This record gives sequence, structure tokens and C-alpha cells, in this order.
Amino acid sequence: MHWEYAPAPQAQDIVELRPSYGLFIDGEFSDPDDGTSLETVNPATEQVLARVAAAGPRDVDRAVTAARRAYQQTWGPMPGRERAKYLFRIARLVQERARELAVLETLDNGKPIRESRDMDIPLVAAHFFYYAGWADKLEYAGFGPSPRPLGVAGQIIPWNFPLLMAAWKLAPALAAGNTCVLKPAETTPLTALLLAEIIQQADVPPGVVNIVTGDGLTGEELVLHDGVDKIAFTGSTEVGKRIQRAVAGTSKHLTLELGGKGANIVFEDAPIDQAIEGIVNGIYFNQGHVCCAGSRLIVQESIADAVIDRLKRRLQTLRLGDPLDKNTDIGAINSPGQLDKITELTASGIREGAERWSSPCALPDRGYWFPPTILTRVSQSHRVAREEIFGPVLSVLTFRTTQEAVSKANNTPYGLSAGVWTEKGSRILWMADQLRAGVIWGNTYNRFDPSSPFGGIRESGFGREGGRHGLEAYLDVR
Amino acid sequence: MYDERIGVRKTYKLAIGGQFLRSESGRTYVVPDSSGTFSANAALASRKDVRDAVVAARTAYRGWAGTTAYNRGQVLYRVAEMLEDRYLQFGEAVSAGEGSDEVKARANVTMAVDRLVWYAGWADKMAQVAGSANPVASPYFNFSIPQPVGVVGVIAPQRSSLFGLISVLAPVIVTGNTAVVLASEERPLAAITLAEVLATSDLPAGVVNMLTGRISEVVPVLAAHRDVDALDLCGVPADLAAGIEEIAAGSVKRVLRSRGAEPDWSEPPTPRRMLSFVEIKTVWHPIGV
Repeated sequence: MHWEYAPAPQAQDIVELRPSYGLFIDGEFSDPDDGTSLETVNPATEQVLARVAAAGPRDVDRAVTAARRAYQQTWGPMPGRERAKYLFRIARLVQERARELAVLETLDNGKPIRESRDMDIPLVAAHFFYYAGWADKLEYAGFGPSPRPLGVAGQIIPWNFPLLMAAWKLAPALAAGNTCVLKPAETTPLTALLLAEIIQQADVPPGVVNIVTGDGLTGEELVLHDGVDKIAFTGSTEVGKRIQRAVAGTSKHLTLELGGKGANIVFEDAPIDQAIEGIVNGIYFNQGHVCCAGSRLIVQESIADAVIDRLKRRLQTLRLGDPLDKNTDIGAINSPGQLDKITELTASGIREGAERWSSPCALPDRGYWFPPTILTRVSQSHRVAREEIFGPVLSVLTFRTTQEAVSKANNTPYGLSAGVWTEKGSRILWMADQLRAGVIWGNTYNRFDPSSPFGGIRESGFGREGGRHGLEAYLDVR
Repeated sequence: MYDERIGVRKTYKLAIGGQFLRSESGRTYVVPDSSGTFSANAALASRKDVRDAVVAARTAYRGWAGTTAYNRGQVLYRVAEMLEDRYLQFGEAVSAGEGSDEVKARANVTMAVDRLVWYAGWADKMAQVAGSANPVASPYFNFSIPQPVGVVGVIAPQRSSLFGLISVLAPVIVTGNTAVVLASEERPLAAITLAEVLATSDLPAGVVNMLTGRISEVVPVLAAHRDVDALDLCGVPADLAAGIEEIAAGSVKRVLRSRGAEPDWSEPPTPRRMLSFVEIKTVWHPIGV
């Protein structure tokens, strides 16, 4: 059955793009002192959206100095109940401007409006709302009777959930009483800059949140700056290791949320319709640009062929194209660099013996696109089973016994997430105990909640974001 | 008539996987007592010994992490019992090694026993204190529990050869981790005797592997080993710490930094050391009819 869809475009005029954006330092936008600028592009059209400042060393220094001053003079001495109200204000303002944020996120990142509207932005508001309530209750958080903030937090975030990652970083840091210098990703700076406007509207004191856009060099300046007490980083394991090396021997606190190669394990007794949707959501959600993506399907041999057949049928119904169309399931790959990486790794899979199947959907002429893809005949030694692809590419492995499923799932230096699909509740809990990962989803995948701690083990990093545990990253608990 | 009895001296060995072994390298180093007189030769652990110890710790990990918290608590309490039993012996060892008088040394041993008892009681409380049930806005039972990180490399304090050692070792193992310990470089003998206590305390072989040797030789190997999940750098001198941390970053190890001067171990402990060697696991379990 082939369904025709009428176009259902989300109007863009809700967003007012400026031709260029400065740095948000000490409560105001300013041009860089010694920085440069870079273009941010709509990955679905290759059109330049705006020019954005790239902060240089003096700019980063200005931001850290402003954050230090705010920490000492306003935010630090402020009672938690007052900090809380600022955070509640931010949550409300995000809700009020939710559609505008969603459209801007989709323009800058390439993700479908359905996801930015229904997932990213509501979770942003929820995250601020959740942590707002902690600001005046820290003494009950289980980190001692009067836990102290760390000071100035330098926070570096990725491009896959630009505003959501900003919220994950800012909300707990501010609730705990720290001030922040946030460095958004090079290719997705715009929603963070809109958040800066929201922070102005909320009358948050100057310097409490500073946003320095730029590339990796800006991030490096921030990591190395002596005035920073804490570094929080979300991104690749490779860069995470560099940051951990850079803070070695200093007194800087560090939390890292890094890559993953999540196993999505499907037992033969699984609720299959649900599991198919879960596999799709696990790896094709957000074009697979998800650190906790279920990029390895580990399916019981007895149902493997049936699952793969159904998966292929399901993928053919996914609509790839204009991310602003409300019926779009698969948006654009965020950057040409990422597209190259996905293409190269997928090709390596075929060279090493995997079999490729891609959804036969048409790709738009402009923009960066990769069709939903399944690799079968994958063995554990293949690069596509070991390395994070960060794209809509699923590697399929099979198992016979439960123990084999556990061994294969754990056969990775990463340890961020895993999914288990089975009708047996007891088996979900047994598997959850055996799997080496920070987050285990039973009969679901890629589900997030501000009250639920998220983070990895092993080379997926350390520290938690979300929940009571997420406060620990921003409190002096030693 | 010859009436002087010649004492039987102990050979101090490495403790790896429940066995007491000489260094595979055949090397030893001289351990003087606090007055500088020859006291014993300790094994000088090699890189191969470190790797063997990590293998033993990894092998023991599955079983030890899988035991019930109640059981782990009892095992630690059993260690306390064994140590209490030998407090005169350890008093002598600590006194000889650290140069304190025997009364003070014995007090040191009893504090170590009490520290073990304190930690033993934590085994079945950690998940309740550090875990949570999370009120997610969807139909899932969402809970978070602390899990051991795995194999932990422990560089024991340099000065307090028994009490300090117990204060860093107990929090690592009570939470379900297994350990590769490098004993105090200058004062390693009490640690080896402690390993003999551990071997008779229901602690499964390989849960604690005790090495003696040089920080500069052993610690970089531990820090670089990809099957070591975390490091406690307590006994690492400040000038070596940065280099070790840099090596540890190669496999994103959790590192409990050395804090410069050795802590005053008689200060009341907090759960911090245990929390440094657990990581939170969050499980989403479906709810439905």
C-alpha cells in the first residue's frame, strides 16, 4: 500500500533570523575581541542561516571573568529559593517560545520538526522546571548537609540535541549555584543564542550564563582557562579523552558524556510490533545522531529473518525529506563532515563482508542526506560493530542463548545504553543487571526524563545528568 | 649448651589471585625498618606481575560483584574479626614499619578494625542511600542503582601502612569492585601480612591482589591497562599525579585524585570514597497489564 501525503510545512516566519550573532557575555551580546566568525548552515538546504561569532582567547577570558564576578557577587550569595524562581522563569519562557525554538532547532540542525517540537523543546522546559525545584533543596539531595557549588562551570555541548544539551548542562549547574560559560557546537549555535535572549527576558543577572560560540579552538580555550572550576563535556570519546588529559594534574572537576555503541537486544518472545518500532526509534530517531543510539541490533536467531523483513517494510514507510514538513520522519544529516563519516564507515562494513540494505527513498538534491540503512552479516570484529557511526545505520548481529546476547552486547569499550525486548519482566531485570551500560531500556528505547539519571560507564564517560544524581556533577562533594 | 633460638623469618611475596608468589622477574628490594635496619626483602613487582594481578582481579570481579550485598558485608566483617584476632602481631608490624611506639601502633590497628566494621555495614545500604526511584512522566518503573565500576587500581597511602591502606581498600571492595593494590613503597610489609589475613577471611581469591614495588614502575602500567576501570591515586606523590592522570585518560578511567598531603585517617569517614568507585545504572522497566 502506498500512501500519498500532502505537504504539511511548518511555517518558518515564527523565527526571526538575524544576519549575524555576537557572543553572549555578561548579559549582553557583543562582537568578539579577538575571535573570528563562522557561518551556520541549514543542512537540509545548504543555505547559510547566519554568521555567528567564533570566540577567541580574550573573549573566552571575558566570559569566564564575567561568570566569576557573577558567582561572587550575585548568583553565589543569592538564596536558593530566588535562584529557583529564575530557573522556573526560564522553563516558562521556553514553553512560551517553544514553537519558535523548535523551528529554529530544525533549521539549524536538520532534525524533523516533529522531533524538535514534540521531544527536544518540551524536554528542555521540563529539565529547567525539574532542576528549578532543587535550587532551594540541595541540603536534602544526599550530598551532605550544606553542599557547596563548584564555581564557574565550562560546558561544551554537541550538535545532535543543541538546545536540549544546553538545558542538561545549564539547569543543574545553575540550580546548584554555579555560573556558566557554555560553548555550543560549531554547526548548531542558534538555539543557544535564542536561549540567551530568553535568559535576558528572565532578567537573570548578567554573567550567570555566558554563551561563547565557536569551533573546537574556542572549546579548548575554555577547557584550559585557569578560571574554570569545572568542565562538563558531551561529545565524542576521542575529544573526551583529550579533555581528560588536559585537566590532568589540575583541580578542575570533570564530567564526560561520550560516545556509545548501544545494543538493542530482541528476544524471540518480544512483543514484535513494539520491538520493530523500538528498533526504528533506537537507531533512526534524530538520523541516528544519538550517543545512546541502539546501533547494534542483537536479535535472537530464531526470529532474525522475520524481524529484518518487517524492519525493512517499516523503513520503507519512513518519510525522508524536508525537516520542516510535519510528516517527515528522517531529516538531514547535520553536516557534510558527518555525512562523509557515515558514508565511509558504511563502506567499510561492506568491504569487511556486511550486506547493505537501504530504504529506497528518494534523497533531495540539495542538503546532506543518508537513507535509513541496515547492515546484516555483521560480525563482532567489523568496524561497523565496534565504532560509533552516529548516523542512520543499524548493524545486525544474532544470538542463540541469553549468555551469548550478554557477551555480544558487552563486547565494546563503550557502556552508555542498551535495550532489552522480551515479554518476561524478570528477564528484563536480569539482563539489566548483566549489561554493562549506564542506561537500560526495557521494551522501550531512547526515552528521557529530567528525573532519570543518564550517563555512561567505561569509555562512554563518567558522571550523570538528570535526577538527583545530576546535581553531584556541580556540587563540591569531595 | 646453645640456648638462643634463631627466629624463622617470613618471605614476603606478592598476593595475586589468591596465591602468594614471588615476582615473576625474580627481583626484590630491601625494606628497612623505621630505624634503617634491614627488615626484609619485599618482592619488586614487574609489569608482568601487574598484568597478572589485573587478570586475577577481572576474573574475580564477576563473582564478587554478583554476591549479595549481605554476603559482602559479612565477608568484610569477617576480615575485621581476623584482624582483631591478630592485633598484637599487626601492632608489632606497624610499629616496626612506621616507627611509632607499640601502644600507638596497636591503637592504629584497632582503628583499622573499626574502619572495616564501618564499611562492612555499608554493603547493603549503599543502594538505598545512593540509589533512587525516579518519577518519570511515562509508564515506566524507573530506578537508579549504584554499580561497581569494575577493577580498581589502588595506590595505597605511603605513610599509614595498615590503617590508611584499609581506609582506601575497604570502600573499593565493599561496593563490589575488585582491586589491584600497590602497597606503600617504603612500608610494604604490613600490607602483605594483611593479604594473608584476607586469604583466610572468606574473601574470594583475586578480589584483592597485593603488589609491592615501585610507584614509578607499577602505576603507569596500571593507569594504561585497559581492563582497569578506575584508580585511587591516594599514595601517588604530587609530582607524578598529572602524568598518571594523563595516561588514565587514554581509557577514560575514573580517577580519585591524590590530595597532596596524606589525609588524617582518624577523621570520621564519609561515603565519598565508595561513591567514587560506583557508577549509577538507570533501568526503565515497562508498566502495563
